[in-house]
Amino acid sequence: MSSSSLISAEGLGKRYRIHHRGGSRYTALRDVIADALSAPFRRRAETTESEEDFWALREVSFEVRQGDVLGIIGRNGAGKSTLLKILSRITEPTEGRVTLRGRAASLLEVGTGFHPELSGRDNIFLNGAILGMSRAEIARKFDEIVAFAGTERFLDTPVKRYSSGMYVRLAFAVAAHLEPEILIIDEVLAVGDAEFQQKCLGKIGEVARSGRTVLFVSHQLAMVDNLCRTGLLLDAGRVRLFGSAREVIAAYAQKSQHRGEHSFEHRPGRRGNGAIRFVSARIVDQFDRRVDALVSGGAFNFEFVVANPSGCPLRAVHVSIGIDNAFGQRVTTWSTTYAGGDFAIGATSEFLVRIRLPRVALTPGEYSYNIYSLVNGDVADWIPPAGSFGVEPGDFFGSGQLPEQRDGLFLDDHSFSVETVTARA
Amino acid sequence: MELVIASGLASANYWRDVWRYRELLYFLAWRDLAVRYKQTAIGVAWALLRPALTMMVFVLFRRLMGAERGGVPDVLFVLAAVLPWQFFANALGDASTSVINNTNLVSKVYFPRLLIPLAAVATAFIDFLITLTLLGAVMLWLGFPPTWTLIALPPFIALTAALATGIGFCIAALNVKFRDFRYVVPFIIQVGLFISPIAFSSANMPDRWLPLYAMNPLVGIIDGFRWAILGGVTPIDPLTLGSSIAITAATLVMGTWYFRRVERGFADVI
Repeated sequence: MSSSSLISAEGLGKRYRIHHRGGSRYTALRDVIADALSAPFRRRAETTESEEDFWALREVSFEVRQGDVLGIIGRNGAGKSTLLKILSRITEPTEGRVTLRGRAASLLEVGTGFHPELSGRDNIFLNGAILGMSRAEIARKFDEIVAFAGTERFLDTPVKRYSSGMYVRLAFAVAAHLEPEILIIDEVLAVGDAEFQQKCLGKIGEVARSGRTVLFVSHQLAMVDNLCRTGLLLDAGRVRLFGSAREVIAAYAQKSQHRGEHSFEHRPGRRGNGAIRFVSARIVDQFDRRVDALVSGGAFNFEFVVANPSGCPLRAVHVSIGIDNAFGQRVTTWSTTYAGGDFAIGATSEFLVRIRLPRVALTPGEYSYNIYSLVNGDVADWIPPAGSFGVEPGDFFGSGQLPEQRDGLFLDDHSFSVETVTARA
Repeated sequence: MELVIASGLASANYWRDVWRYRELLYFLAWRDLAVRYKQTAIGVAWALLRPALTMMVFVLFRRLMGAERGGVPDVLFVLAAVLPWQFFANALGDASTSVINNTNLVSKVYFPRLLIPLAAVATAFIDFLITLTLLGAVMLWLGFPPTWTLIALPPFIALTAALATGIGFCIAALNVKFRDFRYVVPFIIQVGLFISPIAFSSANMPDRWLPLYAMNPLVGIIDGFRWAILGGVTPIDPLTLGSSIAITAATLVMGTWYFRRVERGFADVI
């Protein structure tokens, strides 16, 4: 551990217990009592506690020096959020330790603690206090915060009447005026309009240049590239690479293994009423063989196993799959809206949704997808980043020449023709 | 300033952090009050209306039962008990659901979690201060001036707050893991209303029931309030008072210990 480092993490690990019982994380007293009563009649070997352990983070070590801007990247479930929660002291590590030298403030969400009934003015004070500012400090920076957010006229309006853009601007403005030595930020810039995002980026750059240290988690590689000097790539809870931001982004964009099939069982962050639930996905080729990646120009099927917990027939099921590239840009959407319309299913507890892709038009690279489904117009299951897949170079054009990633975002049928133009005399 | 984060180490500077975040306590309590009174049509009047109505019900009850009058107006006799009772019930009720009602804060920012139930008790305390004006008005109207015994009121108020805080810490923490405890508190409050000396006087309690009766920590508190407000007309029993103080101290220590022990896991289970 060098003395110039502001943050040193040594062998951090975080273990969660996954309870397979029921759908919620809290326990019912009834179960505890029932377990306690039945315990004497159960052999010890039957309790398989360890199998329910899940390490969200394991053996994570890194150091951040004064003035560094560290970008933390990784797939969903790689442990980024867990790491931030440990660094922000929201949750304790199971093993290992972190030493922070300096006052740290974290921003894991924009507008934590904002109350819709309270006015903009009230919320500035409330949110500031929640983020660890003193009342005097907030009062001193109040005008600056309001000016940054550009919401002077609405200071006495309850924030429930704010547009979402105004709400986000105000919330970010409060956070931007924290003056910690270490600032920990999670994806918060993914909100707001493009102009405001630029303003936020500028503010973070300013914070970094003033010698303070920033930790920044994002899915948007372009943003990490733009802001960060060093990078930390997490994969399945472990550090895969800790180095310069550029190296880390390159490593992330590379294809990784074990991907033919994705299970969504323990996917955090999913929303919806659960009328249907996506269980798993796999990619098969035209001969129904499971594959790890698509190939440009090839024919593939995406197959989703979907549970129908009620077992009743359902009408008007809408499914759409949004495809994002490694830079977080939406490349395309596969949706029942465009292909075949909403469908109905009979009385069954599980069904298979198959999406046929006769000729993949994506350029080689890494993609992630999200799943969005509606049943009778209500959101049933929404998994923001559900999984990822790679696209290998393939002969899309039937020319024997393989298109590359640098050729662009997508491939498009085209032809050339040449005519001789008769030169006029 | 150096901070080490490791398993079980978070407690090192805990009380210093509580002090550092003391303004947050103020803001959380202020938020709850502001929101509550903004959403109601008659606002602060609720704080007065509830004890006033409860008092009327109990006074009527006493008349119907033909309870003997001990030289004190019934209205005052009942009100002196309703005020601490409602303070206790509100503080306990709000504190016990406070942590699960602030899930968004617990899962997104760090601060000593003890502040959440404490803020709930503080909010109930502000409401209680408002109800004291009702008491003042009634005393003035009945021409019943306070005596020197009133100086004992602040310690009894502190005792009520401490009891609600101690039990509140326990149940707030238990509620995070076992949502069943949401149903326990209304039950405690409902039963407590009948076994506490609100409609009746402790003087009517037969001696052989006294040890059992004294196990209710509110007996000593309510008798204390009556004694302080009514100028020593009603008796105060050393046994029930001592038991109140002992039980309050024990629950406060136990509640704080239990809350502190489990709070570091709140974000993982909430």
